[in-house]
Amino acid sequence: MTELLEKIRKTRLYLDGGMGTMLYKMGLEPGELTEGWNLTHKAEIISIHKKYYEAGSNIICANTFGINGLKYSEEKISEMVSGAVECANEARRLCKDKENKYIALDIGPLGRMLKPYGDVDFEDAVEAFAKTVRVGVKFGVDLIFIETMNDGYETKAAVLAAKENSGLPVFVSNAYEEDGKLINGSSPEAMVALLEGLGADAIGVNCSFGPDKLLGVVKRLVAASSLPVFAKPNAGLPESVDGETVYNITAEKFAGEMIKMAKIGACMLGGCCGTDPEYIEKTVAATKDIPLAKIEKKNYTVVSSFSRTVRIGERPVLIGERINPTGKKRFKQALVENDIGYILNEGTEQVEKGADILDVNVGLPGIDEKKMLKKAVSELQAVESAPLQIDTSDFDAMEKALRIYNGKAMINSVSGKEESLRKVFPLVKKYGGVCVALTLDDNGIPSTAKGRVEIAKKILRAADEYGIDKKDIVFDTLCMAASADITAPGVTLDALKIIHDELKMNTVLGVSNISFGLPQRDTVNSAFFAMALENGLSAAIINPYSTEMMKTYYSYMMLRGMDKDCKNYIGFSESIPVEKPVENIQKAQEKPKDQEGTTELQNAIIKGFRERAAELSAKELLSADPMSVINDQIIPALDVVGKGFEKKTVYLPQLLMSAEAAKAAFEKVKEAVSASGRTENKRAKFVIATVKGDIHDIGKNIVKALLENYGFQTIDLGKDVDPETVVETVLQEKAPLCGLSALMTTTVVSMEKTVKLLKEKAPWCKVVVGGAALTKEYAEKIGADKYAKDAMETVRYAEETEKYI
Amino acid sequence: MVKVLFYSLPECDFEEVLRYAGAGKTSDGKNEDMAEIVKECTEEAKIVRGRVCFEKYKISVENGKVKFPFAEIESESLSKNLSGCSSAVVFAATVGIGIDRLIRKYGSTDTVKALFMQAIGTERVEALCDTFCRDLSEKVKRNGYSLKPRFSPGYGDLSLDVQKKITEATQCAKNIGVTLNDGMLMSPSKSVTAIVGLYKGEER
Repeated sequence: MTELLEKIRKTRLYLDGGMGTMLYKMGLEPGELTEGWNLTHKAEIISIHKKYYEAGSNIICANTFGINGLKYSEEKISEMVSGAVECANEARRLCKDKENKYIALDIGPLGRMLKPYGDVDFEDAVEAFAKTVRVGVKFGVDLIFIETMNDGYETKAAVLAAKENSGLPVFVSNAYEEDGKLINGSSPEAMVALLEGLGADAIGVNCSFGPDKLLGVVKRLVAASSLPVFAKPNAGLPESVDGETVYNITAEKFAGEMIKMAKIGACMLGGCCGTDPEYIEKTVAATKDIPLAKIEKKNYTVVSSFSRTVRIGERPVLIGERINPTGKKRFKQALVENDIGYILNEGTEQVEKGADILDVNVGLPGIDEKKMLKKAVSELQAVESAPLQIDTSDFDAMEKALRIYNGKAMINSVSGKEESLRKVFPLVKKYGGVCVALTLDDNGIPSTAKGRVEIAKKILRAADEYGIDKKDIVFDTLCMAASADITAPGVTLDALKIIHDELKMNTVLGVSNISFGLPQRDTVNSAFFAMALENGLSAAIINPYSTEMMKTYYSYMMLRGMDKDCKNYIGFSESIPVEKPVENIQKAQEKPKDQEGTTELQNAIIKGFRERAAELSAKELLSADPMSVINDQIIPALDVVGKGFEKKTVYLPQLLMSAEAAKAAFEKVKEAVSASGRTENKRAKFVIATVKGDIHDIGKNIVKALLENYGFQTIDLGKDVDPETVVETVLQEKAPLCGLSALMTTTVVSMEKTVKLLKEKAPWCKVVVGGAALTKEYAEKIGADKYAKDAMETVRYAEETEKYI
Repeated sequence: MVKVLFYSLPECDFEEVLRYAGAGKTSDGKNEDMAEIVKECTEEAKIVRGRVCFEKYKISVENGKVKFPFAEIESESLSKNLSGCSSAVVFAATVGIGIDRLIRKYGSTDTVKALFMQAIGTERVEALCDTFCRDLSEKVKRNGYSLKPRFSPGYGDLSLDVQKKITEATQCAKNIGVTLNDGMLMSPSKSVTAIVGLYKGEER
C-alpha cells in the first residue's frame, strides 16, 4: 500500500467526520453500542459512509472503533468487523467516482488502563488489538487508523499489534487535552518520538476540542515530526440547547479554522465528534486550493520517556551510570535480593543530581537478566520521567525490555561485530531507539583513531541497510584505562573529533573508564570529561553523584555559552557541599542526650532523623560489630517507638519516620557487611504480598518496611499477586512466614484461595493476614494462622513464630 | 450529553492531610519535621489537576429502586438519599494518574512520603468533589433547586458494581481517563463516582 503513502505526501487527502454523531441522529439509543449496528442497521452505516465519500472524504473509518479482544470473543469480532468492512465497501461501490477512496480499520482505546496503574497487562493489550487487526486485514481494509488514544503506552500496544499483524499503512491519532498533553501526561514531542520509532506512517490529533484549540498541538507535531501530520478535531464543545446536544462550532466556522490547520502544515483533514458530512464538504471547499505543506525531514536525535524528550546533539547530555552492578557489592546484593526499591532510589537520586537519561544495566552472573531487566525498566518507567538507556549484551533481554519500554529508548549497544549488527539493528528498526554504536568489530578494538572511524562508517552502512536513520546512531569511540596504555585517551579523543566534525555524528563515552586503576579517579575523570566535551562529546555516561564531574559539566556549559547569565552555574555552585568547620562537628557531638538511657543513634531513630541516623550508624560501625549495631541499637530504638504505637502515644506517620531512619541506619550496616565480604546473620524469611485483584499496597509496604527494620528477610511479591505465585515463592524460599494483605472486600475471596492453597502445599508456613477488609473472625474462618491489626503486631508475631523454627 | 470540567484545585488542607494519614494530635514535638515532609509532598503533588465529567438525568424513586435512563439501581440507602428528587447528577471525578505515580515512586523508597502522598491524593479528590458540588449547588439554586449530599457506590448498601454503570454512562474513560478494572477498582486510584440528587426548594 505504498501508493497511499506516496499520495498523502503529494496531495491533500480528506478524512471523514463523526460516526457516533450521525448514528445518534439516526436513532442509536444512549448506552447502545455503535458497533452493534454493523449487523442490525447496515443500510444506515452504508449511507453514512457514502455521504462522507460524497462530501469529499478520501479515507473513511469503518465502524470498528469499539471492537477489541477485551470486549468481545474472536467469533463476535469476526462477525462485527466483517459487517463493518462490508458496509464500507458497499458505500465505496455505490459511489460514482471510485478514485482515491480508501477504507480504514478504525481502532479506538480499550477503555481499560494498562499495568501498573490499571490491571491490563501490556501483552494482553497488544493481543486485544491484534484480534481486531487480523480480521480487518482478512476482510481487505486499506489501512489501519488508531485514534482517540489518551495514553501513550496503550498507543504503543495498538501500533505494535498493527505492525505485527499487517503490512498496511498505520495512521495514529491521539486525543490531547487543553494543556497540550495526553491525559496520561505525554507531550506531542514524546508521541512523535515514540510513534516514529515504532514506524507509524502518519500521526495526528483527533477528538478533544475544536480545531481552534488544537492548532498549538498540530504546530508542535509538525515542528517535531518527519511524517505527514493530520487533524480530525471535534466541532468544538457540546452544549445542551432545548434538551438537544449541539456543538458550538458551525460547519462554516470549522472550515475557517481548518484553513489555519492546513496553513501550519497539517496534510490530511477531517472531523470527529459533532461533525457531519456538511463539515467535511465545507472544509474541502475551503482548503482544497491551499498548497500541501512540504513535509520536512527532521534530524533531531531524540530519546523519550512516556512524557519527556531529551535531544542529543544540542547541549551535552548526562547519562547516569549508577544503575549497574559492576564493582558495586551493595548493588549486587540488591539484585540478588530482588530489591527494586534500591534501584528506584538510585534512579531518583541521579535525576535529582542532574542526569538527563538513566542507564539501566542489571547483568550479573546468577541473575536472570531477561527477567530482571524487564522488571527494572517497568518499575523505573512507572515512576521516573527521565528516559532510560537499556544497557545489556543479552539480545533477548534487550528485546524484552525494548518491547515494554514506554517511549523511545537509548540502546546500549551495537558494535561493528557481525552478530551484533544482525541482532541489534532489527530491534532498533522494530521498536525505535537511539543506538549507542561501539567502534569495535570482530577484529577487536582498533588501536588508531582511523581504525575506529572506519568501523563507524561500516556501522552506518549497515544501519542504512536495515532502514535505520543515521540520526538514531550515537558513536562510542571507547574510553579505556589510561593506566594500561598512556596513548589510549588520545586515540579515543581523536576518533571522537573526526566522527563529530567529519561524519557529523553524535557521540557518547563511558567517561569513568579512563581512570581505572588510578588513585583519585574523580580528578582524572573530570579532566578527561572536559577534554572530551571540547572534542565533540554529545552525551556522557557518568556518575552524577560526583561533584568534580558536575563542576566540569556546569563550567563547560557556561564557558561554551550554553548557560545564559551563568544562571545554572551559579545555581549549581550554591549546592556544592562546603566542608564543615571543626567546631560545628564538635558541637554536634556534644549534643546532649535528651532521652533517658538511649544512645545518640537510638535517639535519631526514635525522633525519625534519617540523615543523622545514617551518619551515626556509620560512625558506630567504625568500632562496633555490625550485628551489635542492629541488636543493641537499631532494634531497641524501634521497640521504643513500636511500644508507643501500641499504646497509641505514637501515630502512624511517626512510626514510619522512625522506620525510615532505622532503614537508613540499617543501610549503613548492610554496606559494611557487604564491604567486609561477610554474610549477615539473617532472620527468618517472610514472603509478603497484596492478594490477587487488589492494588492497594501501602499497608503491605508499611509492614514490609518494619519487618526489614527488624532484620527479617522480606520477599515482596508486590500487589495483585496470584495465589500460585505466593505458594511457589514460599516453596522455593522455604519461607516459614507469609503475610497477605487485602483492602477491598471484593478481594478477600482471593485471600481465602491463597490461604487454602498455602495450607495445602506448604503446611509448615505460618500465614498472617491483615488489611481493611479483614476482621479477626474472618481471618480465622479462612484458615489464616494470625490476624494482625497493624504492622507492629505483624512484627511481634514474626518474632514469636521465629522462636519455634 | 456528558460534560467535562477542568479544575485547578485550591491549596491543600494540611490538617486534612494529617488526618487522612492517621497522624493523630499534632501537638507532638516531632511534628515540625513532619510538617516539613508534608510540605515537600504537597509541593511535589502540585501537578495534580481535577477533571470531572457529569450528566443530569431524570429519575424516579420507588420501593427501594432508583430508575435512571441508563439503569435501574436497587438500593435502600440510595433510594433514601434520593427521596423527593426528580432528577440527579451523576458524575465521575479524578485528580489523575500523576498522584499514583508519586505514591508508587515512594512506595518502595520512602514509606513516610508514600503515606502522605496517599493522604494528599484522598484530600485532593475530596476537595475536587466538594468544589464541583458547591459550583453545582449554586447553579441549580438559580432554578430553585437544592442538592442532596453526594452518594457514592460503596456507601450503605449501594453496590460497587454500580460504578460500572456510572463509568459507562459518563464515558469517563474517554472524557477524563478514568477506567474500571475487573475488581471494580478505578484507575487512576484517586477517583470518585457519585450521584447527587436535586430537589425543588430551599436547602433542608
